[in-house]
Amino acid sequence: MSDADTNEATAAAAEPDGDGSSGTFGSAIKRGEDVPLLTGDGEYTDDIFLRGTTHLAIRRSDHAHARIESIDTSDAEAMDGVIAVYTGEDVVESGVPNTIPTAWDLPGLVQPQYRMLATDKVRHEGTGIAAVIAETPHVAHDALERITVEYEPLEHVTDPVEAVERDVPPVHDEAADNVAFDFELGDVDATDEAFADADRVASVDLRQPRIIPNAMEPRAALADWEDATGKLRLWMTSQNPHLHRMLLSAGTLGLPENKIQVIAPEVGGGFGSKIYHYPDEAVTAWCSMQLGRPVKWQATRSESYLTDCHGRDHVTTGEIALDDDGTIRGVRVQTHAGLGAQLSQFGTATPSYLYSTVLSGQYTIPAIHCRVIGAFTNTTPVDAYRGAGRAEGIYVIERLVDVGARELGMDPAELRRRNLVQPDEFPYESAAALVYDSGEYERAMDLALDHIDYDELRERQRELRDEDRYLGIGIGNFVESAGLSPSGLAGDLGAQAGGWESSIVRFDSTGSVTVLAGTADQGQGHRTTYAQIAAEELGLSVDDIDVVEGDTDRIPQGMGTYGSRSASIGGGSIARGAREVREKARRIAAHQLETSVDDLEFEDGEFCITGAPDRSLHIQTIAHEAYLGHDLPEGMDPGLEETNFYDPENFTYPFGTHVAVVEVDPETGEIEIERYVAVDDCGEIINPMIVEGQVHGGIAQGIGAALYEGAAYDDNGHLQTRRMDEYAVPHSTQLPEFETDNTVTPSPHNPIGVKGVGESATIAATPTMVSAVVDALEPFGVDHLDMPLTPESVWRAMEGDR
Amino acid sequence: MSEHNISITVNGEQHELTVEPRTLLVSALRDELGYTGANVGCETGRCGACTVRVNSETIKSCTRLAVQVDGSEVETVEGIADNGDLTTLQEQFQEQHGLQCGYCTPGMLMTADTFLRENDDPTREEIREAIEGNLCRCTGYQNIVDAIEATANQLGGQP
Repeated sequence: MSDADTNEATAAAAEPDGDGSSGTFGSAIKRGEDVPLLTGDGEYTDDIFLRGTTHLAIRRSDHAHARIESIDTSDAEAMDGVIAVYTGEDVVESGVPNTIPTAWDLPGLVQPQYRMLATDKVRHEGTGIAAVIAETPHVAHDALERITVEYEPLEHVTDPVEAVERDVPPVHDEAADNVAFDFELGDVDATDEAFADADRVASVDLRQPRIIPNAMEPRAALADWEDATGKLRLWMTSQNPHLHRMLLSAGTLGLPENKIQVIAPEVGGGFGSKIYHYPDEAVTAWCSMQLGRPVKWQATRSESYLTDCHGRDHVTTGEIALDDDGTIRGVRVQTHAGLGAQLSQFGTATPSYLYSTVLSGQYTIPAIHCRVIGAFTNTTPVDAYRGAGRAEGIYVIERLVDVGARELGMDPAELRRRNLVQPDEFPYESAAALVYDSGEYERAMDLALDHIDYDELRERQRELRDEDRYLGIGIGNFVESAGLSPSGLAGDLGAQAGGWESSIVRFDSTGSVTVLAGTADQGQGHRTTYAQIAAEELGLSVDDIDVVEGDTDRIPQGMGTYGSRSASIGGGSIARGAREVREKARRIAAHQLETSVDDLEFEDGEFCITGAPDRSLHIQTIAHEAYLGHDLPEGMDPGLEETNFYDPENFTYPFGTHVAVVEVDPETGEIEIERYVAVDDCGEIINPMIVEGQVHGGIAQGIGAALYEGAAYDDNGHLQTRRMDEYAVPHSTQLPEFETDNTVTPSPHNPIGVKGVGESATIAATPTMVSAVVDALEPFGVDHLDMPLTPESVWRAMEGDR
Repeated sequence: MSEHNISITVNGEQHELTVEPRTLLVSALRDELGYTGANVGCETGRCGACTVRVNSETIKSCTRLAVQVDGSEVETVEGIADNGDLTTLQEQFQEQHGLQCGYCTPGMLMTADTFLRENDDPTREEIREAIEGNLCRCTGYQNIVDAIEATANQLGGQP
């Protein structure tokens, strides 16, 4: 390969960044991953079929809380086409560890047993109790009806406050009061003092309802156990195949990690719900191990509603202490967090560390105290959903700032402005134990307010009120802790896994590059984004780079995609690995050009001698030389690839301001969204098109939570919202046109200045929307309204019936 | 359970198959014939991920039995590309970033493709109404609307 034909860099649309500067970083490059998805060629788990595949269906409890008296599977077993029926006892007898482990410990945490299939009691509707394997899915589902289960029903509880305060039979005997943990953060004495000294106190009682992630693709698994090698291959809808490998290995199946291959093919959305180690995928694998045949499980949508981890479920009292000039003196929060019937993977981390630590929001607040009581209830386990913990925390502080402004008679934008952390205060250590990396909060807020002509709009609001029209302006300022890390800190706080990410950057002898990344995409566009990062560092075109994700046999190590960590930690790892590769290439170039490494410049993939541009070597030519191995510096090993483990020094802190303008119809309570403006700062932007797409999707889910969504249980502990026509996933006519803008404040803690963007807009949109509607209802004396803000609840609030 | 022999033409290719009376069209397409482009998202006709065309009309293939379409012409997402090249609509979905995870995309494309045959100069509101029965959880819809609008503009009424 000649030097001349290897330098086909793509057109640069943005400022080059980094040494390699091919100009791809920062460009709105189209996603290469789209083509198979547009033609029906994308392969999701349920599209994969192995010869001899059998089908699993799981019999689930229709009781919220009951003792299992007996299970009779004989009728089901006798059916034509049924291969086997297994109960929880069969799993116990097989001798596997049979534990679905939680991945986050807390001081004093009660950790009850969590098995693949229940044996003694069912603790929520949807608990798996028996597994049917049949030749077809139809037969497997038919057979479920032929299993006879006798129960002794027990009193149940679905509300986290009632679970702790009412005298009910405990969900687990180990936690007689249903308290899994009682968590505190902050300085109680300093906070009490701040409240005693402050001029005024405002408070709010609020409820953040359960929401259900509703990834369009329900969870699925296909397991293939090979007796001859003792190896398990498991295709599954996973956001973190390596974590699933680890938890299956040690906790559940008792196989060594090197005997488990987890593959996440195309994954149709996750939003948190596909992070967790659920019983179902483990049962699928276990059944394959029993039968020596491939076993496929595909959740129905109603199964997803019952078993995918729900999000939120907080009941909170928040208080804010203020001086008359608008200075925030302190914040005090007490929350009952529903955990559901079992401790899910991050079910304990979400309402504790991920929640309490953002209660300072964007503001300088000298004293904060937060107490969270984690409660077992007879409901589907609760875990992290898009925005996890941060969404709940920011919701509380933003509602508090609004009620504080109302208390002071001060404009809510003005109260926010007076308390913002200023650019020269970074790194900023909040009273809620985070050290924010960088930010220009006021600039982003001003930009958002300018978009809607804030002052003019307030004037219009006053005029319209005289005409009996109710406009509302909501402001949502957020700061988010993204990319949970570093590993040591996470470990100190109770994490049972690291916070690092790993990647391999590998040239081949023809000069093309494969990036193997430990994260796992569910629609975020990693293949394009990561190619942009590597291309930038190596001076190549994105077309030279192939990105591989989601297969534990191809990618040795990884942690996965959640918590807005992929671009910052995964991308950071790729950038560092690419830089190491580049430096090895530089040493080869120096050797072959007979010069010193310091005399070499690197641009557009070319190493050339300073002052002698005709003497140069392209990095792709060097790759060829590295694999020839004929003429390398003395002592250097052949090949051109690096494995990188990146453990960040801190979280990153995306931030921004969203503003919503709504009009509420006083006759019907209906809400019309007039404007929705989002200003986000996610640090350096790798691909503006993809970032904007993440913001759009995030807003949609935030508005969904605020206006439409919410899981509900009836008096029998049955989930009422168990079909798509009972749970309102917003459709196209229920969402407005979004206006997006951004500022760029690079993170000093990240190799490429990236902060992350996947969750930001969901965190911001929920308080923004509630703030806007409550603002519209000010003339009716409404200072808070719980989600979802349905027309009925809004109308009732206007009627004074809250 | 009784079985029925049916014949359906999918994307121009005729298939004879034997199905149970309860077999849904989407199952016949996916499990019997290997057309996995249509996805199953909800089984209630709500989400639209399984949308296909039967005799030129879009339907949700989880709401129709395979025996009901005996003798029909079925079009799936696998069949809309023009000799392997992306159609303008498909290109615009990529261009406008109108998909993320892609699970709703086949159904969304079928609905949009049919809609544009009926309305070659739609307003954004009309587009939003047209795709109301196709849920997307990733994009917030705006870029999908952009893609459909851009397709209409580009084709100028000639889909």
